[in-house]
Amino acid sequence: MKSRRGDLLPALAFLAPNFLGFLVFTAGPLIYSLCVSFSDWNVAQPGVFHWVGFGNFLDLFKDANFHTYFVNTVYLMLGIPFSIFGSLMLAILLSQKLKGLVVYRTLFYLPSFTSGVALMILWKALFNPDFGPIDYVINSVNHFLHISGKAPTWLLSTHNLLGLDVEKVGFNAKELGLGARDALIIMGIWTGIGGNNMLLYLAALTNVPPDLYEAAELDGASKWDSFRHVTWPMIAPTTFFIVVMSVIGGFQAGFDQARVMTQGGPAGTTTTMSYYIYQKAFEEFQMGYASAVSWLLFLIIFVMTVINWRLGNREAD
Amino acid sequence: MANSAAAYEDQENLVSGKKPPSPTSVFFKHLLLVAISLTTLAPFVWMVLTSFKPLSEVSSLNPLPGTWHPENYRAVFTQIPFAHYYFNSVLVASWVTFLQVFTSSLAAFAFARLRWPGRDAIFRLYLATLMIPGVVVLIPNYAEMVKLHLFNSYFGLIVPASFTAFGTFMLRQFMLTLPRALDEAASIDGASPWVIFWDIVLPLSRAGVITLAIFSFMGNYGSFLWPLIMIKSQYLRTLPVGMLFFDSVYGRQTNLIMAASVMNILPLIILFVSTQKYLVKGIQLGAVKG
Repeated sequence: MKSRRGDLLPALAFLAPNFLGFLVFTAGPLIYSLCVSFSDWNVAQPGVFHWVGFGNFLDLFKDANFHTYFVNTVYLMLGIPFSIFGSLMLAILLSQKLKGLVVYRTLFYLPSFTSGVALMILWKALFNPDFGPIDYVINSVNHFLHISGKAPTWLLSTHNLLGLDVEKVGFNAKELGLGARDALIIMGIWTGIGGNNMLLYLAALTNVPPDLYEAAELDGASKWDSFRHVTWPMIAPTTFFIVVMSVIGGFQAGFDQARVMTQGGPAGTTTTMSYYIYQKAFEEFQMGYASAVSWLLFLIIFVMTVINWRLGNREAD
Repeated sequence: MANSAAAYEDQENLVSGKKPPSPTSVFFKHLLLVAISLTTLAPFVWMVLTSFKPLSEVSSLNPLPGTWHPENYRAVFTQIPFAHYYFNSVLVASWVTFLQVFTSSLAAFAFARLRWPGRDAIFRLYLATLMIPGVVVLIPNYAEMVKLHLFNSYFGLIVPASFTAFGTFMLRQFMLTLPRALDEAASIDGASPWVIFWDIVLPLSRAGVITLAIFSFMGNYGSFLWPLIMIKSQYLRTLPVGMLFFDSVYGRQTNLIMAASVMNILPLIILFVSTQKYLVKGIQLGAVKG
């Protein structure tokens, strides 16, 4: 293969529009943002600008709000395993030989394709304790079974399944129950379960060579055995990819839901790291502090990615 | 018709040497699939039914409207500048889609089909930026737009969103699968890189380009955070931001909010149903970021 030096000029021309955008809207801002994170820049106090070194980051470690918002972010990620497991189950169902599979697939995919502010506003109404259908169903079932329990107030409640305390990180038995964070998890599972992850699993399942199943059947393997020893290892790379992307996405999540459905409340229980950055930057105008939070978030994601990448490489070896 | 389909399935099972699945197991699988479909659809159904209710029936627990009020849909347009929101969203999403496809297909061609020193290093740089959370560059981009007096303008909405490392990555992967002999033959015949790109590589990458275009359109039609901080005038709002304000100002009129939501997602449903052939393949090729 001859080296074609003549390609350099055309290559630069082809690359230029995109690379220019990359410099102006990604690379430049990245450096800018890192610098800002070491300053006390506040839009509300024009003229005041000091370099504060690692001051913002040190404040961040002492910031009790940040601790609880970090915990909120991780709590909301508890839906991920259920969502992934559900996607796999749906994909298995859809990989059977049945009629009308395309129709089912289309229906399952609908929430994820239409997801966004409109559906969040819809779910806000669905969770409404006064006229929302969810509590209506729960109350009817309770009534029918003669249970005197009250339906959860969902987005208005600080309750949660782990009994996390409100103001500080810790356990408080009074908080056990279903509340705003759980509502967001339920909505997230409904939205994501039939989405891209299901399609990725579907592709992975169709790529498993059929003779592996035949061999397992000849060896007298049960359905569960052949899932455990054939399907599961064969789709492991897909599972790995989905887990990595979900965790990376999970740390950055929660802004839209918080802004549209809860304003981060009640009592800050649905404020995630990304919503905190927004609040600091665009409600309190503390650009320096907000930038520091965003770089900490970046660092977390970077570490997660490197760990995952190492693990993935080890598995590939 | 059902008979012939069943006969065909039997035949297929004979050919593959498998036992035909028992009718009860088929029945239970369908039952399960229908149950899941209903769970998926129920919120949409509630949304549509509520959008036809009069305000007095919104808090009634009967999901069906007592009287149907299609004029709710017209009321949305008179209470808020909904037509503007629609127009702005479609305009911005179309421009961003066009520019993203344009810039990233050019760059992808440089990465996939041309040989030049430093190519792999720059490509790795592009890849690394996929890891950066959007919020990190949010504040600088906002400050940049204010400085350039593009704040509160279509330009401010469109331009920063028009460059995508992800789209470049995806189209590069796509272009790498095309046989190299194609452009080498053309190159020997004296075709310029532009001709190779425009007449050979781009047409052959059609499926990848369409997938990117659909996702780009969909993503920017629903984009929320950037328009939220970039737009101050009510007539420049896009749908998601407009919906947010509609909900916070007229939040008690759940019937109208639901009518607006229905109109918000309708174009997406049409887009999805008409392009799902490409989408499903594109996603399965790894075309989607999250």
